[in-house]
Amino acid sequence: MNALSFQIKNLSLTRAGSPVLGGLDLDVAAGEILAVAGSSGCGKSTLLRALAGLLPVASGELLADGRPVRGTSADRALMFQEDALLPWRSARANVALPLAIRRVPRAERNARADGWLARVGLAGLERRLPRDLSGGQRQRVQLARTLAGQPRAVLMDEPFGALDAQTRHEMQRLLTDVWNASTTVVFVTHDVDEALLLGDRVAVLGGGGLADLVEVPHPRTTVDPALRARVLAALGAQTLETT
Amino acid sequence: MRILLRAGSPLAALGLWYLLTEHDVVFLLRFDRFPGPGDVLAEFGRQLTTGVYYQDLAQSLVRILTGFVLAALFGGLLGTLVARSRRAGDLLLPLFELARPVPAIALVPIAILLFPQSEQGIVFITFAAAFFPIMVSTRHAVRALPPVWEDAVRTLGGGRVRVLAGVLLPGILPGVFGGLSVGMGVAWICLISAEMISGQFGVGYRTWASYTIVDYPGVLVGIITIGLLGFLTSGAVELLGRRATRWLPAEARR
Repeated sequence: MNALSFQIKNLSLTRAGSPVLGGLDLDVAAGEILAVAGSSGCGKSTLLRALAGLLPVASGELLADGRPVRGTSADRALMFQEDALLPWRSARANVALPLAIRRVPRAERNARADGWLARVGLAGLERRLPRDLSGGQRQRVQLARTLAGQPRAVLMDEPFGALDAQTRHEMQRLLTDVWNASTTVVFVTHDVDEALLLGDRVAVLGGGGLADLVEVPHPRTTVDPALRARVLAALGAQTLETT
Repeated sequence: MRILLRAGSPLAALGLWYLLTEHDVVFLLRFDRFPGPGDVLAEFGRQLTTGVYYQDLAQSLVRILTGFVLAALFGGLLGTLVARSRRAGDLLLPLFELARPVPAIALVPIAILLFPQSEQGIVFITFAAAFFPIMVSTRHAVRALPPVWEDAVRTLGGGRVRVLAGVLLPGILPGVFGGLSVGMGVAWICLISAEMISGQFGVGYRTWASYTIVDYPGVLVGIITIGLLGFLTSGAVELLGRRATRWLPAEARR
């Protein structure tokens, strides 16, 4: 399965009747990691929901591999900021969910789910219910569940936002470890360093559209101060615009 | 230790009943004609050896289960429908809200007019009694479902059937079981009343029939039987509810 690309042309989105994004142009290449940064309310989560197919396009074009996005698909898995595990399913059954939807036989999907749980460092907790896991563990299960279906694009809405600093670093490392070029990743964050460390490019949203698009050169083990200043400037400009 | 404490209040009531009837106390209330525990126990023992007692028991249980299961099915389906579809809600809710305040027992004349057999009428009354609590609790449970569960399943490739069977059904169970519990309670109230009015068999009918032939111990046997049946059926609903919602966090469980 090859990675998915997105083409966004003059896209406008509304949330609860009021416009959030207007006239956005952005291409996401197949297999890249795109970080989307912006202050709260700039429409980054709304954009992600539209990419997932959970939110209809108000006007403009939103294409995946050249075809309009209509409705949800297993190709475009969304990892939520909040706890989105089904509480009556064990960790294993949650991770196996995308495989169950695809009618993978039970023994095989359980084995694959256990493999994913081991990769996110939760071996031995397969039978736990979400209520018996910590917030950080639940988020790891969600990451495993999102990746277990081998989607062609992974959309992440501040996936590590609610975690403590150490877990956050582990999860970031995990994401770069398990990521391979057969998956496109679009992830939303308000953490500039996270965006610059994980993203191949950083799209800064603001003022209802794209405020800046920053390429991050490889290899990167530390955050380039010049790029950080540039992203912060784009963020700062929009803060001034909105206030 | 706890079991002793829990047995305390029924035993105390039994003792009080014995004392009041044994001494034919007449003070505000009259216990001189009231049968004592001994008479009732003897009558109970006698009835347990007759076929009529079991026939009444079976008849009432068949009625309540038929009415209740129908109410659970229709209440669950329609409650879900009006919560999920705005059009269905606009179409059906006004009728439901108009019909809901009418006590099911007031429908007895209508049931007699509509149904060729009193049996069907009684089941209809039981159904009508249990339907509304179940429908309303289902509607609220569907609305209270966190949207993120459904969104997650959809972005993992789940379709409509998967969302209904894999998210909605398990997700609403904790809320629906409250309605099932209440529904079972009112279903018994209305079943017994309907049986007293128009039954030919059943525990409610037998209780009232005993009263009309001045068989007071028989009345109390009927009342105790009704209490036991209600206790057992509500207990069964409760037990099923706990088994189905074991995944709830500890603080949300009863």
